[in-house]
Amino acid sequence: MHARATILPLTLDRVTYAHGSTVLIDGISTVIGASSRTIILGPNGAGKSLLLRLCHGLIAPTAGAVRWAGADTLGRSDVARRQAMVFQRPVLLRRSALANITYALSLQGRLGRAERLARAHEALAGVGLAHVAQRPAHVLSGGEQQRLAIARAAALKPDVLFLDEPTASLDPGACRAIEDAIRAIDAAGTKIIMTTHDLGQARRLADEVLFLCHGRLLEHTPADEFFESPRTPQAAAFLRGDIVG
Amino acid sequence: MHGFDEALAAAWRLIVTGDTALVEIATLSLKVSLTAVVCAALIGLPLGAALALARFPGRNALVVTINALMGLPPVVAGLLVYLLLSRAGPLGPYGLLFTPTAMIIAQTVLVTPIIAALTRQVVADLWQEYREQLTSLGASRLRAVPTLLWDARFSLVTAVLAGLGRAMAEVGAILVVGGNIAGVTRTMTTAIALETSKGDLPLALGLGIVLLVIVLAINAAAHLLGTTARRAAG
Repeated sequence: MHARATILPLTLDRVTYAHGSTVLIDGISTVIGASSRTIILGPNGAGKSLLLRLCHGLIAPTAGAVRWAGADTLGRSDVARRQAMVFQRPVLLRRSALANITYALSLQGRLGRAERLARAHEALAGVGLAHVAQRPAHVLSGGEQQRLAIARAAALKPDVLFLDEPTASLDPGACRAIEDAIRAIDAAGTKIIMTTHDLGQARRLADEVLFLCHGRLLEHTPADEFFESPRTPQAAAFLRGDIVG
Repeated sequence: MHGFDEALAAAWRLIVTGDTALVEIATLSLKVSLTAVVCAALIGLPLGAALALARFPGRNALVVTINALMGLPPVVAGLLVYLLLSRAGPLGPYGLLFTPTAMIIAQTVLVTPIIAALTRQVVADLWQEYREQLTSLGASRLRAVPTLLWDARFSLVTAVLAGLGRAMAEVGAILVVGGNIAGVTRTMTTAIALETSKGDLPLALGLGIVLLVIVLAINAAAHLLGTTARRAAG
């Protein structure tokens, strides 16, 4: 891994998000370090996606704080620039696959035109989409669209990449391609924080697991330990495939 | 229906022989309406997009006002521009009243709310879809405006065509500020109104046919262009 200054670790300090009187994220405190793939697990409605959005800063917590290392020296916009997110349903612009990536790079405003193009081609090749670079993004298949979204995020070379159920509606072949892409991004030195409801995928990818239930963080443990001997009955039930109430 | 047959035949003769008066009138109509729509699009597209994204006090009132202005009666728009351009008005010294420029201004006033209101709706819907992704990528709301306009381009063509339809069809505003002066400010709609009241049905009917064909041709071209471009862009 590259030894470079990063905005990690990410510190969650009693992060809470309430909508009216409903508490959706309930006082989560933990520290997420730089050196592992973090998978957020939990039953439907546990608040996994919401937690990602709170971490990424798309939503502000109603109480508590999300803190990044070095935020004081870097400033808010720089901290935001060092993060990227891939959503469950990829949002692609009505332009070519390549232009989707160069657009994202131009928003960062740091690279010249030639560098943006080079970086975009490299990112497309990284997810096996070099042959569709000039194709309109909207005519790509679902799996290709998601890989393009991942390539776009990877091209930004963020310190941390959030992925919200990136394979939720894809077939097994497409899932494997996405998982490979995620491993490659991890190997290139980007921290992965990802939600999934696919336990097999979690076992394949996780170094550590955050287990959420009803907006509360019940476990934050190394993956081996979580899958072998979960500490909470809720996690044990979830791993057995029971309905967690 | 003897009179109608006769009028139709005469109208047809005017068209196929390329009658000078008819060509002149049709050309001016197109020039005025197309220019007005270009001006209205230059104002209305960014204005609509900004309204879709901006948050400021009084925004809702402004949205309602612009929506309501879609139904602005052309004669009222004409009257307002007339007051503005008349000798005693604030723009009186420019001497624009009863010129094609005055007609362009009046039609721009009519068409801008249509384009702005439709654009606001289209862009607001698209922003719902794009918001998280664009925010995540670091686009400010201001930076998102051109992106959303570009990505909504196929829907926005319809908004602009709606504006063009309004401009080509209206007679009230350009009659008030243009005055229907032969060879100077006479357009297809004002000429039709005049010739009909004078009883010169062939010219009125001929102009009516030309007007319909032009509107149809513009819309067909836009549709064809849109389908091709949409296929190319996915």
